[in-house]
Amino acid sequence: MTTMSYAARDSVTMLRRNLRHMRRYPSLTLMLLGQPLVFLLLFVYVFGGTLGDGLGGAGGRAEYVGYVTPAILLITVASAALGTAVSVAMDMTEGIIARFRTMAISRASMLTGHVVGTVIQTVLGLVVVTGVALAVGFSPTAGFGEWAAAAGVLLLLTVALTWMSVALGLVAKSVETASNTPMVFLLLPFLGSGFVPAESMPTALRWFAEYQPFTPVVETVRGLLLGTPIGNSGWLAIGWCLLIGGVGYLWSKSLFARERNR
Amino acid sequence: MSVTTTGLRKSYGDKVVLDGVDLKVASGTIFSLLGPNGAGKTTTVNILSTLVTPDAGSATIAGHDLATEPDAVRAAIGLTGQFSAVDSLLTGEENLFLMADLHHLPRRVGRRRAAELLDRFELTEAAKKIPMTYSGGMRRKLDLAMTLVGDPKVIFLDEPTTGLDPRSRRTMWDIIRDLTANGVTIFLTTQYLDEADQLADSIAVLDGGRLVAQGTPDELKRRVPGGHLRLRFADPVELRRAAGALHESTPDEDALALRVPTDGTVSSLRAVLARLDAEAVAADGLTVHTPDLDDVFLSLTGHRTKELA
Repeated sequence: MTTMSYAARDSVTMLRRNLRHMRRYPSLTLMLLGQPLVFLLLFVYVFGGTLGDGLGGAGGRAEYVGYVTPAILLITVASAALGTAVSVAMDMTEGIIARFRTMAISRASMLTGHVVGTVIQTVLGLVVVTGVALAVGFSPTAGFGEWAAAAGVLLLLTVALTWMSVALGLVAKSVETASNTPMVFLLLPFLGSGFVPAESMPTALRWFAEYQPFTPVVETVRGLLLGTPIGNSGWLAIGWCLLIGGVGYLWSKSLFARERNR
Repeated sequence: MSVTTTGLRKSYGDKVVLDGVDLKVASGTIFSLLGPNGAGKTTTVNILSTLVTPDAGSATIAGHDLATEPDAVRAAIGLTGQFSAVDSLLTGEENLFLMADLHHLPRRVGRRRAAELLDRFELTEAAKKIPMTYSGGMRRKLDLAMTLVGDPKVIFLDEPTTGLDPRSRRTMWDIIRDLTANGVTIFLTTQYLDEADQLADSIAVLDGGRLVAQGTPDELKRRVPGGHLRLRFADPVELRRAAGALHESTPDEDALALRVPTDGTVSSLRAVLARLDAEAVAADGLTVHTPDLDDVFLSLTGHRTKELA
């Protein structure tokens, strides 16, 4: 019992440490939050008119805001995950991690602190991005239940990508590598149905777009918020998230348990 | 005994770092592991502080077995490593609070303890600043203060004064001496003979992963020559004549120099010069060397310290 409560207490201590880092050096947080906002404005105001007309209706920009917002929400999550990989990799270069390892504290707390910190940061980011989307014309049809479900799916994706990013941060030999690998997460929504329908792509790409993990997540969030058909995307989205999160969690744990040979 | 090790071994790939190390450190004493870079000092500390698992051998720290009760060992020790182990994004005070929280101290106790340590290490003024603005000596003091938050029974100090200026070094020595007043055991590594001599109750000399000597500073110094004179000559002929006149000397033909053991007294110096005068040998120059780590190594291992860094 005491072991469990100490583990929880250590995790809270580590979370406080990470939140303090974020507050004191907000530049990384701001950059990660700025990225999806820039994408949102770029895709709505620069590409939105043309892309919106290509969606089939004649909705133009107004229709495209609805189409692209779920993808931007995914970009928000992916962007924050990238930040986790960087901050974990940076942390591992600090001598203080060696100190933590020589103390009688829960080993998992060091990673849990990062994960919970990122999740909090991402939720705030999602709120801000949703607010801006609403301000530029996003008009969802969702009721309270759909909003809650969409939030749940995005939260699940956040936790999954964050654990994967922790592993990528741990496995990276340098901070630079750590900031490059998770770029894939930022790219994937583009290679799916996030920004344009997958049907409009060449065969090989379309095949990839239809089967990659971000597509069912985008389709689910879009379906929940705008009432478009979801089909089996919901279950696929949950399955992918559990898989990514599970692998990320186990991989992180084994990487962290590994000795650092200086 | 606070720290006991038996047959510690560790290799990285085919490089043997520790080759069977047996140590005994009595409670409440300062023990120093002395050796050059690459001798295996940091690896020993990393093993004893649970960071690295040995390939073979066992160790007991503060009554707990390293292999079977690592968490009990962790609860009893503190480590101030060679590399700064402070959180560089938190202020000095926040670093200490962080340690207090991780030691599960009640909030008020933690605050009080942090304030005491800041005061004791003269860091109160810098408490609200981040360690990036600190000098090397201040950083090291904060590092040690963080180690002390948890009241460890055994403290590992890995090269605590490397890179510090002479004044900070003295301050650090005073601090380390004071620590044992509360019955704490100190396990310190150093490459400086004078540091071990100044602080340690007992010393073990590590060379290439093996212990080559163990004892009190006085016992060790008895095994080390008292120092030497180095005489330089203009040509090999003079050098050879001088070597013939001074029996215990070792010539170095390449450097045209002669190494003569001495106890450092004026009369022994005068005796050497008198011998040279008597044989009419002309020396170009003379320097007096007090014993250093190099001398310890030369006498204990038969070779000089190899810088592996």
